[in-house]
Amino acid sequence: MELILQQMPVVIGALNQGFIQTLKLFSITLLGAFPLGLIIAFGTLSKIKIISLTTQFIIWIIRGTPLMIQLLIVYYFPGLVLHNPIWGGGESGRFLAAAIAFIVNYACYFSEIYRGGIQSVPAGQQEAGLVLGLTKRQIFFHITLLQMIKRIVPPISNEIITLVKDTALARIIALQEIIWAGQAFMKGSHGISGAVWPLFFTAFYYLIFNGIVTVALAWFERKLDYFR
Amino acid sequence: MAILEVKNIRKKFDDIEVLKGIDFSLEKGQALSIIGSSGSGKTTLLRCLNFLETPDEGVIKVNDEILFDSSDPLTRSESQIRKKRLHFGLVFQSFNLFPQYTALENVMLAPKLAAKEKRNKKSDDIYEHGSKLLDIYHDAHELLKQVGLSDRMNNYPHQLSGGQQQRVAIARALILKPDILCFDEPTSALDPELTGEVLKVIRGLSEKNYTMIIVTHEMEFARDVANHVIFMDGGVICEQGNPRELFENPKEERTKQFLIRYKN
Repeated sequence: MELILQQMPVVIGALNQGFIQTLKLFSITLLGAFPLGLIIAFGTLSKIKIISLTTQFIIWIIRGTPLMIQLLIVYYFPGLVLHNPIWGGGESGRFLAAAIAFIVNYACYFSEIYRGGIQSVPAGQQEAGLVLGLTKRQIFFHITLLQMIKRIVPPISNEIITLVKDTALARIIALQEIIWAGQAFMKGSHGISGAVWPLFFTAFYYLIFNGIVTVALAWFERKLDYFR
Repeated sequence: MAILEVKNIRKKFDDIEVLKGIDFSLEKGQALSIIGSSGSGKTTLLRCLNFLETPDEGVIKVNDEILFDSSDPLTRSESQIRKKRLHFGLVFQSFNLFPQYTALENVMLAPKLAAKEKRNKKSDDIYEHGSKLLDIYHDAHELLKQVGLSDRMNNYPHQLSGGQQQRVAIARALILKPDILCFDEPTSALDPELTGEVLKVIRGLSEKNYTMIIVTHEMEFARDVANHVIFMDGGVICEQGNPRELFENPKEERTKQFLIRYKN
């Protein structure tokens, strides 16, 4: 116990640093996947068969394979197979590769949730917009969108909470996120080696952060309570 | 001169022919009631007039301007239809108010977006745009007062009764000043004690000689308010004429049967 207290300041510092990387990956994934998911949803809903089938095919591939493998492919494929290591060897290259894999993966999940949300808005809403002379674009942004958002908050919340924990997968390409930082103390880091507790301790970071996320999402859901 | 002329409108859904050649015309300032049993094609006819359905055949003219001609593909393009459908307004059976907007915002939404579009195209300067918004606000207030909802303007649809929601929907349609206002069974989704307030508003419009087409199951109301009645059956106009004449002295056997069924 004394030893742990002694190691604590160093470990917390390192874990914080790893957690910043975790948070960065989390935020950039949401920032990218929210809009990309909408574009993919429009693709699936397209009346043009080729577009709709192509997007459905992509969604099948992305949802049907492990995110961990997608990370490995995005990161290693250009260098090992195409002999064109576009990511470079550094942490920023790993981050970029991880971000792309995460954004595409989550966008596919989001797109299916969006699609369900859009389809659950009654057809009468669009018809009311049409007879008032609105364009399809105006109908989407001024009528459908907010009703869709209200309906998808609970399923999207689930995905967001999963994403917080999924960021740990980026460790597979040695992204220096919090699990990586915790594990480093086993092999040796910052003059500490053979310590297992930092790795276990990372769980608190996830737990606390997910608590904050849960409260924020509940607040957002309440914000949309003003209409039905 | 007729404000509306409809010629030989036909519409099929898959293999079922719902409208089998509808012809009628409507004079400015008149109220037309369309009656008939469910499945007779009344609602489909209204939806064709509002371009929610595209007729397979036929011509629709308003003020002698051809809005739709099945033989002219130009009249089928989306941007054309968008402008032309504004000759008509439509009040739905299920109101279809936008739940995230207050009564006032529901009424103001369409004219506000139209004003914004003009502003973006730079055809309005900032002053014109501002004065337009003021006009819209003023009109919306005035219309909601007219339908008796001055005190509910800032309520959301779920805070209003069905009758109140339908009156907001009427104000929302009126603000665009359509040449012809269509009602698709405006009281069918309402509790009986709430139909009166909606019918009163429609009656008020007919007293102001607003041109209207009303699809309804309220026979008494149709007789009182309409200048002309059409009875539809099986996708055709079976009988039409002066309301008193048609209700008291129907000529066609099918009309008689329909009216008897309604009395019981």
